[in-house]
Amino acid sequence: MTASTPPRTLDQVRDRASARRFVRDHIAATADEYDRLGRVPEPLLDAIGAAGLWAPFLPADVGGGGVSYTALGAIHEEIGRGCSSVRSLLTVHTMVAFAVDRWGTQDQRRRWLPSLASGRVPASLCVSEPEVGSDATRMTTSARRVGGGWVVNGTKTWITGGRRAGLFLVFARNGPAVTAFLVPRETPGVEITPIDDMLGTRASMLATVTLRDVPLAADALLGPESFAAGMVLTGTLDLGRFSVAAGSVGITQACLDACAGYTSQRRIRDVPLRELQLIRAKITDMVTDVTAARLLYERAGRLKDAGDAQTIMATWIAKYFASTAAARHASAAVQIHGANGASARHPVARYFRDAKVMEIIEGSSEIQQITIADAAYQKAMP
Amino acid sequence: MGDYTAETINDFIHGRFPDATFTDDDDIFSLGFINSLFAMELVMYIEQKFSVTIPNDELKFDNFRTVNCMAELVHRQALPAVGQ
Repeated sequence: MTASTPPRTLDQVRDRASARRFVRDHIAATADEYDRLGRVPEPLLDAIGAAGLWAPFLPADVGGGGVSYTALGAIHEEIGRGCSSVRSLLTVHTMVAFAVDRWGTQDQRRRWLPSLASGRVPASLCVSEPEVGSDATRMTTSARRVGGGWVVNGTKTWITGGRRAGLFLVFARNGPAVTAFLVPRETPGVEITPIDDMLGTRASMLATVTLRDVPLAADALLGPESFAAGMVLTGTLDLGRFSVAAGSVGITQACLDACAGYTSQRRIRDVPLRELQLIRAKITDMVTDVTAARLLYERAGRLKDAGDAQTIMATWIAKYFASTAAARHASAAVQIHGANGASARHPVARYFRDAKVMEIIEGSSEIQQITIADAAYQKAMP
Repeated sequence: MGDYTAETINDFIHGRFPDATFTDDDDIFSLGFINSLFAMELVMYIEQKFSVTIPNDELKFDNFRTVNCMAELVHRQALPAVGQ
């Protein structure tokens, strides 16, 4: 990022080419540094806000750009191509902004959406717990009614962006239902403990969020209670999965770009690596998979734009394919780069570490396999 | 309209669960296949198919218990507000 680069307007960043320029100007040259430092610098986060990238899908009346989900995917792919840590921060912010827009009351929308659209209030999602990951039904964080409000107790961990978030969307057990609550950072009883030295997305500023007798007013509840409460979690994770799918495509594209450049320069026995058939096979697989993965998330995005229920399964499939492809090709990219790929001198080592995380977050590959296969059997049963 | 709405919702559920046997008055939650994923799909389907938005206070168990309950919910949301 340079001081002479003016902030971009929303109109300039609402398509893929503009997002790509933003990454080139603000992220690409310094992403490895964020990775080493373990944090994204505040001036970059401010630039994201100035560019209208925090939640561009929000409607214009709250400060958003009203971009389609398909366009949002393209933006997150381009950001992910530059830095998965930055994309991860956008993902969790996107999920919270979506949930408030979709299920918020008029008062909640008025209170939070303008700040979420601008990024003035960064947001994080609190689902995982020390003993609970994929199986949210075993969640132990509790919400109980006290007087006219609520009291929340529990511990949430692996919270992306938790170190700096101003608003947490906390999921807690309320009887048999898992219910969503909007918890401002400054609420008494909220304690933030940074988590360092993760394998990947090292600059995404993870934290553990401890909630000790956190008092909340009645209007902290987001969305319905009872049977439909689970929809908030399902719908929010669905959009997160979509973002991770797009970000994974960005990682694979970055691997392809890096490998195409490296193998054109690097020679063995006076022949560029690119002339070797085994290298070409790897490049071909990258091209094929990045194209297929992009088509899958774009399909999921179009279904979201149409409000079509098929987007849920389409997103599962897109995320599963894109994240596993990214892990596979990031490994190949390191292999192609040899010892250089295992060093900090080339970004493929970062892609490799980040890609592994994509197979875990927003539904592990194994959970996706179970879910996708279940749907197949439902349809295929005679 | 009531028959068409119920029939359409019934078709959607059967499309996802071809083996399920239920009438439009049966409690679909008692059949054991409804989870939060399908609940989300069901709400999205109803909103898109019938061009309605289901507010939070209507997202309650009793409105989704049977196909006919869902059809009645659709009819309520489709009605213009009195006095407008």
